[in-house]
Amino acid sequence: MKQTDLIRRIRIRKNRNSFFRTLFLASTFVGVVALAVLLADIFVKGIGWLDWDFLTGKSSRIPEKNGIYPALIGSLWLMMLTAPLTFIIGVATAIYLEEYAKDNWFSRFVRMNISNLAGVPSIVYGLLGLTVFVRMFYLGNSILSGALTLTLLVLPILIVAAQEAIRAVPASQRQASYALGANKWQTVVRVVLPSALPGILTGSILSLSRAIGETAPIIAIGAVAFTRAIPDSLLDSFTALPVQIFSWASMSNRDFEHVASAGIIVLLIVLLSMNALAIFLRNKAQRR
Amino acid sequence: MTVNGHRLELKKRKKLLSSDRIMPIVLAIFAGISILTMIGIVIILLTESAGFFRQVPLLDFLFGTKWTPLFAGSQQAFGVLPLVAGTLMITGIASLVALPIGLFSGIYLSEYAPAKVRAVLKPLLEILAGIPTIVYGFFALTFVTPLLQKLIPELSVFNALSAGLVVGIMIIPMISSLSEDAMSAVPRSIRDAAYALGATRFEVALKVVVPAALSGIVASFVLGLSRAIGETMIVAMASGGLANLTWNPLESMQTLTAYIVMVANGDTSHGSVEYYTIYAVGMVLFVMTLVMNLLAGYIKKKFREEYR
Repeated sequence: MKQTDLIRRIRIRKNRNSFFRTLFLASTFVGVVALAVLLADIFVKGIGWLDWDFLTGKSSRIPEKNGIYPALIGSLWLMMLTAPLTFIIGVATAIYLEEYAKDNWFSRFVRMNISNLAGVPSIVYGLLGLTVFVRMFYLGNSILSGALTLTLLVLPILIVAAQEAIRAVPASQRQASYALGANKWQTVVRVVLPSALPGILTGSILSLSRAIGETAPIIAIGAVAFTRAIPDSLLDSFTALPVQIFSWASMSNRDFEHVASAGIIVLLIVLLSMNALAIFLRNKAQRR
Repeated sequence: MTVNGHRLELKKRKKLLSSDRIMPIVLAIFAGISILTMIGIVIILLTESAGFFRQVPLLDFLFGTKWTPLFAGSQQAFGVLPLVAGTLMITGIASLVALPIGLFSGIYLSEYAPAKVRAVLKPLLEILAGIPTIVYGFFALTFVTPLLQKLIPELSVFNALSAGLVVGIMIIPMISSLSEDAMSAVPRSIRDAAYALGATRFEVALKVVVPAALSGIVASFVLGLSRAIGETMIVAMASGGLANLTWNPLESMQTLTAYIVMVANGDTSHGSVEYYTIYAVGMVLFVMTLVMNLLAGYIKKKFREEYR
């Protein structure tokens, strides 16, 4: 091969490399641009409608008079119930799988179920909640039914995160604890859990923010779209932020688009502050 | 040590032993909740859709081409194919968007991106992944559809195209991060070997890293598709409520998920055959996604390249 040929081929290969680098970078930016456009669009449509009256008002047939208060309270109720339930069940399962489980049929079956449950569509959890909690347990279309359904839905996310956090605790710390005469349970509670806590907290906040954004299962268990009632017990019917947004977005009057956008801004702010909290907790724990 | 102290010591040790005996059982019971959930899903889908299949023959359901369960009397038809077609259409459009873009951005993040750029881009993609689907649905209905209508005037307000595109955008972060994980797991040494032979970055990515991570990449594709099949709110909002067996993505098409939401959100009376349809449809949906997830796990395990 002549030298000019070689140089030509090298140039072609280099050009191909820079072409694809640009293509790959551009592809990465598709997601970023979509995010920016989505946020800008909703911000522009909704910000003018977002004021104190909107936060403290109730839903109405007149677009200008709408408020998000009942939905906000409903979502807070859901969070307050879902958070401890997922935390207890999720962390217990993760401890069992990482610290105690022998490689037998039970633990293999649990692992298999967790990975498959993570892929079940959320609406199917809605059908489960509707049949078991709403009808079989006679809980009705209540906050409790909603929270239990959401707990089952996000449980796999927390379990996987907690498992990873527990696995990351060095074996030497456990051995040091055993060497001081602690038994297994003491080691788990006093050594493993404290050092896995930041990871577990991050996972539980992430799973909770998933729960707050879920719409389909909450609709399936019969959350009411248009309510002016503020729930004051676990067995009250309720509405939640995403359900309220869905009902506004389904209105034919175009002004409701702005109401829905304002609702979405509130939802995103709730989610964003939860994520900021997760990052804050993680940093604080790392500094310790 | 006094006798008394000794006794205390023994008591303490007994307590220690009992916590080690009881706690594994308590924890195992909590772990069992995952099993109960899965069994619960399977049982309710089977028993409740049994009520449906007592009235509608299984074959009519699986191969019928008309889905009009909410119509009156003789107009009722229970062929699930239009809903399956709607689901596959949305999934197909979504995968045209998400598979290449997700893979390419996975390659960029794993092979090209400098650490600083990565530190900015990854969190942004995570935010995109954390946006609730109701927000995407609203975006599809009020932004993407009007925009597309300017380009394609015959596009109807509810259509499979814009729902599919937005579902695609939704699953980009998932495919990108899973395939990036697979590629990052390829050991540095085999990349270095290719560089030492004079390969460009693109050649290393295409001929070394992607083949080595192929099982993980394909698994990420399958998981992404399964997510698209199960996606509910985007399609419920943007693709409309018309069960429509068509090849035309510009028309309204209903998916399995959107149908369930529509009936659950309406006022169908409990116990009627219309009511039981949601369980039969849920069953189809559950089987489709379960098969995809098992397939992804199988691909990942079976075709993994092991490096030591």
